[in-house]
Amino acid sequence: MRPRSLVPIIYILFLLLPIYWLVAMSFKTTNEILGGFSLFPQEWTLANYRAIFTDPTWYWGYINSIIYVTINTLISMAAALPAAYAFSRHRFLGDKHLFFWLLTNRMAPAAVFALPFFQLYSAVGLFDTHLAVALAHGLFNIPLAVWILEGFMSGVPKELDETAYVDGYSFPRFFATIFIPTIKAGVGVAAFFCFMFSWVELLLAKTLTAVEAKPIAATMTRTASSAGYELGLLAAAGVLTIIPGAIVIYFVRNYIAKGFALGRV
Amino acid sequence: MKTENQRAWFFVLPVLILVAFNALVPLMTVVNYSVQETFGNNQFFWHGLGWFEDILRSERFHAALGRQLFFTATILIIEIPLGVVIALAMPRKGFWVPVCLVLMALPLLIPWNVVGAMWNIFTLPDIGLLGWTLNNVLGIDYNMTQSPVAAWITVIVMDVWHWTSLVVLLAYAGLISIPEAYYQAAKIDGASNWSVFRYIQLPKMKRVLTIAILLRFMDSFNIYTEPFTLTGGGPGNSTTLLSIDLVKIALGQFDLGPAAAMSLIYFAITLAVSWLFYTLMTRDEQ
Repeated sequence: MRPRSLVPIIYILFLLLPIYWLVAMSFKTTNEILGGFSLFPQEWTLANYRAIFTDPTWYWGYINSIIYVTINTLISMAAALPAAYAFSRHRFLGDKHLFFWLLTNRMAPAAVFALPFFQLYSAVGLFDTHLAVALAHGLFNIPLAVWILEGFMSGVPKELDETAYVDGYSFPRFFATIFIPTIKAGVGVAAFFCFMFSWVELLLAKTLTAVEAKPIAATMTRTASSAGYELGLLAAAGVLTIIPGAIVIYFVRNYIAKGFALGRV
Repeated sequence: MKTENQRAWFFVLPVLILVAFNALVPLMTVVNYSVQETFGNNQFFWHGLGWFEDILRSERFHAALGRQLFFTATILIIEIPLGVVIALAMPRKGFWVPVCLVLMALPLLIPWNVVGAMWNIFTLPDIGLLGWTLNNVLGIDYNMTQSPVAAWITVIVMDVWHWTSLVVLLAYAGLISIPEAYYQAAKIDGASNWSVFRYIQLPKMKRVLTIAILLRFMDSFNIYTEPFTLTGGGPGNSTTLLSIDLVKIALGQFDLGPAAAMSLIYFAITLAVSWLFYTLMTRDEQ
């Protein structure tokens, strides 16, 4: 083993330590946690997980989060694909300004928008729906998806489009059956980032929901404040929020590195 | 070559409508609040630019802005070089590449308040792994809820833990796009490791590093959930960053006018720095 491979190993250990601690806590009983320090759970318990899977306010939090993240990814990709194509292939009035304006929306602090978002979505009658959170997360996900996809599409030579038209393809057919498959690494990377930023965001998701669409992350803040300090339960809920992300990374693992390299990201 | 085509606007329209709905309406609401005074009862009075003057003169704003700039500068100075070093040391091909990528990407996909809660549990002085080790094994007196220095170090280490992987992924993507022939040519010329880095790897990574620095600047400047969950802005208000202070004013005290004015100043600073940086970094490409 060469000494330089120590660098990633040490880094990964550093990343895994807090995660290990969260997992260890989630298998401990409350008595053991409050009783003092122990490196491993002394008596393993699944009580914390059982509490989550039997309480609808807990497990609906997960379902709600997954629903709005999925809707957000679908909306963002559906809107961003044609727009990115337009930016990569055509010049039109105000295109550069529009592109920069889109990017500025990533710079707006979510804290700035929390209150006006609440008022806006209450006014249009979408407050406490999955769609509200999905649309609101579009604020930062759609510009990002356009940015990433535009990079990938600009890497595809324009001859591909022209050949397809000569062969008699209509635009929708060309776009769906030739163009999108060509940049599927880019679609994977963009969808991954939409999923990621929607899954991890809390402030807007919490502001726009009350009961029906409440995300898991917001349910956790309730536990930390009202139901005393149930660390074990909090840890188990935290561990469960890591799992969907881990599954998604596993599926896109080959696209991440390759995708970044191909695109202009 | 791109062709001139105004009909391309139809392709952009859905994005324009969706983003404008989310961006312009709330932004106008904020602008509206920022020039008015309210005494409750939904009664609003014109206040001109008074709130902006107040905020720009307020010591509280200066202090929060100072802490915010210090935080962003510190994490950029740590995360960018560290990310590059780790990316350089990563294997280029083989079985370990996906393993490294998956493990490194893990922190990026954890909800932000869970990151805060996780670090809270990790650093508890009596039962947290890190807190207990520091206090009982290494004999360092560590308690985040009492010492501002400890709170600051913890917030910064947490951010390094959370986000360095993004820099690693981007830098790594830049590195693997370098053709093998470049390295062979460098070897024939007898180039040192440093000159390979300086004249081959660094220029190739320039574009992705620009993106990494921009993303890290924007996101760290807007950071709210993680430090708030970890320290609540304390002890005292030693870790009250700009957006934590903003939320305190807007939702805690319900001072909509000052909060709105502060939001706009905040947004303007982010925009200006990002634009300046973007222009400087991409100047050579034109």
